[in-house]
Amino acid sequence: MAETDAGPLVHAAGVRHHFDTAEQQFESATLGMWVFLLTEIMFFGGMFGSYTVYRNMYPDAFASTSHFMNVTLGGINTAVLICSSFTMALAVRAGQLGSKKTLILFLILTLVLGCVFLSIKYVEYHEKWVDHHVPGPEFRYADSRYFHHAQILFFLYFAMTGMHALHMIVGVGLLTTLIVMAARNRFSATWYTPVEMIGLYWHFVDVVWIFLFPLLYLIGHTA
Amino acid sequence: MTTTFEPRSIEERANYLNVDYGWKSWLFTTDHKRIALLYLFSITAFFLIGGAFAVGMRLNLVTPGGLFEADTYNKLFTMHGIIMVFFFLVPSIPAVLGNFLIPIMIGARDLAFPRINLLSWYIYVTGGLFTITAAFEGGVDTGWTFYAPFSTTYSNTHVILTAMGVFVAGFSSILTGLNFIITIHKMRAPGMTWGRLPLFVWSHYATSIIQVLGTPVIAITLVLLALERVLRAGIFDPALGGDPILFQHLFWFYSHPAVYIMILPGMGVISELIPCFSRKAIFGYNFVAFSSVAIAVIGFLVWGHHLFVAGQSMYASTVFSLLSFLVAVPSAIKVFNWTATMYRGSISFETPMLYAFGFIGLFTIGGLTGLVLATMALDVHLTDTYFVIAHFHYVMVGGMVMAYLGGIHFWFPKISGRMYPEGWAKFAALVVFVGFNLTFFPQFLLGYLGMPRRYHAYAPEFQVLNVMSSAGASILGVGYLIPMIYLFWAWRHGPKAPQNPWGAKGLEWEQSPTPPPTFNFNTPPVVTEEAYNYAEEAPLG
Amino acid sequence: MSGLSLFPPNASTTAGEVDALYSFVITVSVIMTILIFSCVFLFAIRYRRRSGNERPKAIHGSLVLEIAWSVIPFAIMLVFFAWGTKLYYKNYVPPENTLDLYVTGKQWMWKVQYPGGQREINELHVPTGRPVKLTLASEDVIHSFYVPAFRIKHDVVPGQYETLWFQATTPGRYHIFCAEYCGTGHATMGGWVTVLDPVAYEAWLSGGASGGSMQEQGEKLFQQYGCVTCHVLDQKGRCPSLRNVFGHAVALDDGRTVIADEAYVRESILNPNEKVVAGYKRDIMPVFQGQIGEEGLLQLIVYIKSLSNPASTGAVGKAVSGKAVSGKSATKGSTK
Repeated sequence: MAETDAGPLVHAAGVRHHFDTAEQQFESATLGMWVFLLTEIMFFGGMFGSYTVYRNMYPDAFASTSHFMNVTLGGINTAVLICSSFTMALAVRAGQLGSKKTLILFLILTLVLGCVFLSIKYVEYHEKWVDHHVPGPEFRYADSRYFHHAQILFFLYFAMTGMHALHMIVGVGLLTTLIVMAARNRFSATWYTPVEMIGLYWHFVDVVWIFLFPLLYLIGHTA
Repeated sequence: MTTTFEPRSIEERANYLNVDYGWKSWLFTTDHKRIALLYLFSITAFFLIGGAFAVGMRLNLVTPGGLFEADTYNKLFTMHGIIMVFFFLVPSIPAVLGNFLIPIMIGARDLAFPRINLLSWYIYVTGGLFTITAAFEGGVDTGWTFYAPFSTTYSNTHVILTAMGVFVAGFSSILTGLNFIITIHKMRAPGMTWGRLPLFVWSHYATSIIQVLGTPVIAITLVLLALERVLRAGIFDPALGGDPILFQHLFWFYSHPAVYIMILPGMGVISELIPCFSRKAIFGYNFVAFSSVAIAVIGFLVWGHHLFVAGQSMYASTVFSLLSFLVAVPSAIKVFNWTATMYRGSISFETPMLYAFGFIGLFTIGGLTGLVLATMALDVHLTDTYFVIAHFHYVMVGGMVMAYLGGIHFWFPKISGRMYPEGWAKFAALVVFVGFNLTFFPQFLLGYLGMPRRYHAYAPEFQVLNVMSSAGASILGVGYLIPMIYLFWAWRHGPKAPQNPWGAKGLEWEQSPTPPPTFNFNTPPVVTEEAYNYAEEAPLG
Repeated sequence: MSGLSLFPPNASTTAGEVDALYSFVITVSVIMTILIFSCVFLFAIRYRRRSGNERPKAIHGSLVLEIAWSVIPFAIMLVFFAWGTKLYYKNYVPPENTLDLYVTGKQWMWKVQYPGGQREINELHVPTGRPVKLTLASEDVIHSFYVPAFRIKHDVVPGQYETLWFQATTPGRYHIFCAEYCGTGHATMGGWVTVLDPVAYEAWLSGGASGGSMQEQGEKLFQQYGCVTCHVLDQKGRCPSLRNVFGHAVALDDGRTVIADEAYVRESILNPNEKVVAGYKRDIMPVFQGQIGEEGLLQLIVYIKSLSNPASTGAVGKAVSGKAVSGKSATKGSTK
């Protein structure tokens, strides 16, 4: 479409035609991201809701399953994600200051930590596969009295951590894009909106994990 | 209407329609107005498909034995419901009229995220293709409600493909809502305060809240449903320890607020039409505006009224019943305010106003019969009967589609730069009104007599009313086809529209050229007065 | 039955009450509708545009009016709510001394069992003048048991028992419909309820007897599945005796308490390890999930009921209350 139609308006570099100022554009992007994260909360909320209902129905079965979760790996993953949130925050800070090298460094660190998380998650999934803890016709459970209800928990486990891992994979893709963009000098201290936005996203995904870890791994270890 | 059509001096002035030609200029556009038209055509296509299924249903029900096989009929009503709800009613007014008008009404050059807006259309079409594919592959027979365990374990039709279609289309709805919220917050022109927003914008703001908060829940619910169909692990299957009622709770947590996604934008349209054709400011602006938000908020807390006979605790049912009555109050406030707006007005009867009258009448009946259903002891008898069918068709078709047609006629000159033939339009409005009532009023009676919904065959004593309903449906069908024909004709051959054919207020008529240029305004708009300031002369152009 | 009557036949004590409430709500609604429509028509005619230059003065609103038309309709709605809720509660909780019948839905038929052992498919015979309680079970998907002439309906959800009660008033034959969509044969999953006066009902009962009462059939199953060896004869303490259990509170090994109602007995047969009685071991009783059909389960429950003192069998109003609850609310539940 012909940009000449923009009329009498003169735009600063990086401000899209329909915004008046860079500030308006940035505020729109930020608010947009927050609203998007709200939808994400509702998305995971459906699963957390189902989890709550079933845990209330079958507390013993759910507690028993947590003994088959690999708490060590889950714990390491929690630490990895917390660290990655820290490096992501530093990356956003670097973006704010407009220092390209630091930005790329922290983005790469975050990316690496994200990949470490996913690799460990893969090891855990593999364990579950070997142990026949994947719901479906091959499902087995040592404690026969909890067979059905444990299967429901593992169904929720895979749905919730799977959705979370999917968000991590998307996050890794976004980080890669950011690194490429940063390397091509696309960001400056005045315009680093994508870094800030993906930072928000990354923190959100971490927070989801902070809820998943105790609910799935630790519930049976309280008594 | 006696407006004379002055020849415009700037006959071939550049506007969003003639600025560029060729399919690329449409399929890769980020102009909200062109995207609105993409939606208009795809939504009309889905309306025709969903309508064809409805024709099949009404045909089947002419005789008590049913003309088709049971399975055929079951697929017909399922596909009718899914297509009409998720691919017509939910997107219709927001994605077409909202998309076209919200930026212009608030004085913006586009929505906040134009590329996401285009993306949402592609997502919508992709979801639609999934669903249409499922239909052609043999269809799906779960009902649009996908109740477990029938949908997860017993149905052997294309449940997963259809569910994925709805899942995908949901993201289109989320993105549209998100775009509207940010646009309304951040893109308003100087002087366009919250208290001056057109009520159309307020109602879309409320709609967007529901879209953004509700749709993700149905999305994840459908994912769980599809996973369960593959794994048979029992999440909704009682034979394996699951709870089928949990599915109903999750489903209605979205799907009840979704009916407000469908009706609120219609209320927004009516709130524009009545002041314009009464030449009078809306009565009780604040109440009409906040009642939209109230509906959106309370609407999230009433889903349990779909489960009065499903084994829900009677105390939970009591609370849901009370809240269902409460949500009727803001709707009533709107109806009363619209009526009061007409008091001492200067009322004219162009086609959009006829649809507005139709809306008030049919929505009132639809709303009051909703009270019948919110009354628990009556719901026990009436739920899952034709009374429910009639009730929500009065709201959805009688309300929402009337508003949609009224809005399409009202803004047709804006969108196309042409006038539609007023005589035909009035005739069609009358046909739709008569056809609608003949189709759906008998269904209230059928419902109280006890005819359950989703029956391909029925007891002989129900035949008279069913034949009446089918006869009405054929009239209604004709009523819908007439506007499609003359609007299509008028798009090419209608007389050129003046700048402001209705003498309407609002930035879209007063400050944006008809049809608008790509960035909506030639000079940046400034707002200096309240909405609906009809006491002062509007430029008739 | 005329094709154009507005009400279905009225054949239960509830039907008249529902019709009265319905007539009230509809009348009020019609008055409201007429009120709104006459305002719209009146204004449309009285204030029609007479000349193109009219510029009526703006009226921006009136707080008094807004409050009035919010509060008054809501007050009227509260009357609907109160009346509807009162009637709903009454129809929700069965009275004492009901005649208990057992209905099992499956794709696509209703199977009825009588305490005396008679069985029917898509037919239900009930006497007038006596409250009848149906215990509803489903073998597959969700169905809904609906008798328009009684104005009652309840979903039949697999995996749990639902109850429904009514008292028929007028002899005759009335439709049974399935109201929850359940697949191909949904529309034909119906039948007839035949209401007889008590004398005719007794005559009908004596004519249709078959292989023993439900209780006897349950006892047969009880022996056939070997339940009897542990739960009645054996006193070595491997498993709890079932004498005088039904309808009483049972302490579980995890400290919770449940009321031994239909739902609890059902769960304990199908999945005995879920809620184990305090003092007993798990994994002793075999799991019967998938071994016994819904009808057999109902027979067993009738038999186990019969092992309890008749005085205590008022049991629990709502059959789904078998879920474990803390001690306090369990006793509350039992007072229903």
